[in-house]
Amino acid sequence: MSLPAISEGNEYLDSAGRLRAERVRADFPILARQINGRPLCYLDSGASSQQPTPVLAAVTYYATHQHANVHRGVHTLSQLATSVFEGARETVRAAINARSTREIIFVRGTTEAINLVAASFGRGAVGPGDEVLISQLEHHANIVPWQLLCAERGARLVAVPLTPEGQVDTDEFRRHLSPRTRLVALAHISNVLGTVLPVQELTAIAHQHGVPLLLDGAQAIAHQSVDVQALGCDFYAFSGHKMYAPTGIGVLYGREALLKAMPPWQSGGDMILSVSIQGSTWNDLPYKFEAGTPNIGGAVGLAAAFDYLRGVGREAIAAHEHELAAHASEALQRIPGLKLIGTAPGKAAVISFTLEGVHPHDIGTILDHEGVAIRTGHHCAMPLMDYLGLPATARASFGCYNTHADVETLVRALHKVREVFG
Amino acid sequence: MDLHDLYRQVILDHNKSPRNFGRLVPADAEADGHNPLCGDRLHVSLRLAGERVPELRFDGSGCAISVASASLMSEAVSGRTRGEIESLSDEVIQMLTQSAYTPKRDLGKLMALAGVHEFPARVKCASLCWHTLHAALAQTQATVSTE
Repeated sequence: MSLPAISEGNEYLDSAGRLRAERVRADFPILARQINGRPLCYLDSGASSQQPTPVLAAVTYYATHQHANVHRGVHTLSQLATSVFEGARETVRAAINARSTREIIFVRGTTEAINLVAASFGRGAVGPGDEVLISQLEHHANIVPWQLLCAERGARLVAVPLTPEGQVDTDEFRRHLSPRTRLVALAHISNVLGTVLPVQELTAIAHQHGVPLLLDGAQAIAHQSVDVQALGCDFYAFSGHKMYAPTGIGVLYGREALLKAMPPWQSGGDMILSVSIQGSTWNDLPYKFEAGTPNIGGAVGLAAAFDYLRGVGREAIAAHEHELAAHASEALQRIPGLKLIGTAPGKAAVISFTLEGVHPHDIGTILDHEGVAIRTGHHCAMPLMDYLGLPATARASFGCYNTHADVETLVRALHKVREVFG
Repeated sequence: MDLHDLYRQVILDHNKSPRNFGRLVPADAEADGHNPLCGDRLHVSLRLAGERVPELRFDGSGCAISVASASLMSEAVSGRTRGEIESLSDEVIQMLTQSAYTPKRDLGKLMALAGVHEFPARVKCASLCWHTLHAALAQTQATVSTE
């Protein structure tokens, strides 16, 4: 069940229910600083987002008032830390609408979540001659773990090609599902193209063939409400640091029946019930997959970030980001020689582009000089770049704190690039 | 920190019209250079006449700094001996990485790269071609030593 939306008296929204981005900005201390003598224009949230005061305060309060190890001691602080940590798990569960906290596994981030599934679920499900199906637009984190698994198991990694707009077509997807497909792993939103994949349909198709599906939600989690039951996926992976929480914390959601049948991955303390030299028995979910002392402060920060997003209003944030994406796409296209990479309808506020005669790395340096932070390079998606025939792109990615003024600053800075390069 | 310290006219010119662009086939030595951070790829091929490098060419794709640096390098090293190239390479790398470095001799057009050290993220772009050249030359030395 999702939590009720806050509407009345929400200071983050105007009377029409639209996001007041200037109010949101005030919560992010780093946005007040200057870079190279210019006000920071941060357009790299797709790589890592900034943290608002309530998240920073929650992490600090935990460290200054509640910290001890979890699930271990009888002393007051240990119990307090345990209840805070498990409270954070419940916040995450409610935010993504999982059935149970047993389905919420804290990990370091999306990469670790996918590696967990590859190592634990993958080793059991994928054998010689089998296939793992991904798409051509995946991030390396959703390619390399499957490559290693396939190499180890004598299986084959298959990638669905893209439409010219940069979308995964459902018919094409169906054609690449084979009787040997044992797992599908797809991005929810592309980190390069901004494409929002039709994940509900793709999941339904995979399930018609009896194949489980993992979604890499790294880019999606900050941009829209994620409801894992509505999506129907079997696994959902995401990182805190792309949704206004600290680095080093993330979540693997997995359907309980699958998690239950999976063997442990990393092992040690906290994941066991009993240990003798002859053998050990495993703890219940989710602890079976959480060996060692977890990132407790990170989990607290992650829960605070979910609370923050809910408090601001997820629908208003999504609507605001869509407006920024439309504004940026329209304004950038008017710059001579600029080409947008990824034009799928309804795309997220992740705008990749190239500028004729100027390498993205040079764009990045000149923009940085103007205080504008963007990402340049291959975006950890080299197979996609090869497919597009590009060595690199420049990418501006927007978050809840970006404004239309940021779009204008970006456009001005790109004209500066043209000025330097003639 | 001024953008024009990095993007000097010589750099922009060599980026737009790189000198000695292409590949020598066959070559006496060649090597590939790759900067995984930004995806720059560079191929350096050269001809050897005893200790001398009479001709060097490069191709690949990269930013203005890496292309201009390779182009300037190709002009600067053509006709020089291995020893001269090694000491020139040392000078250039020091100029790229140290602030206020005064080269021991006139580096000519290569001085256009003096502003790069103010942009730490770009040092690797400028030094990639020199490392690639070094790898190509080291390869021939290895061949020589096994014979």
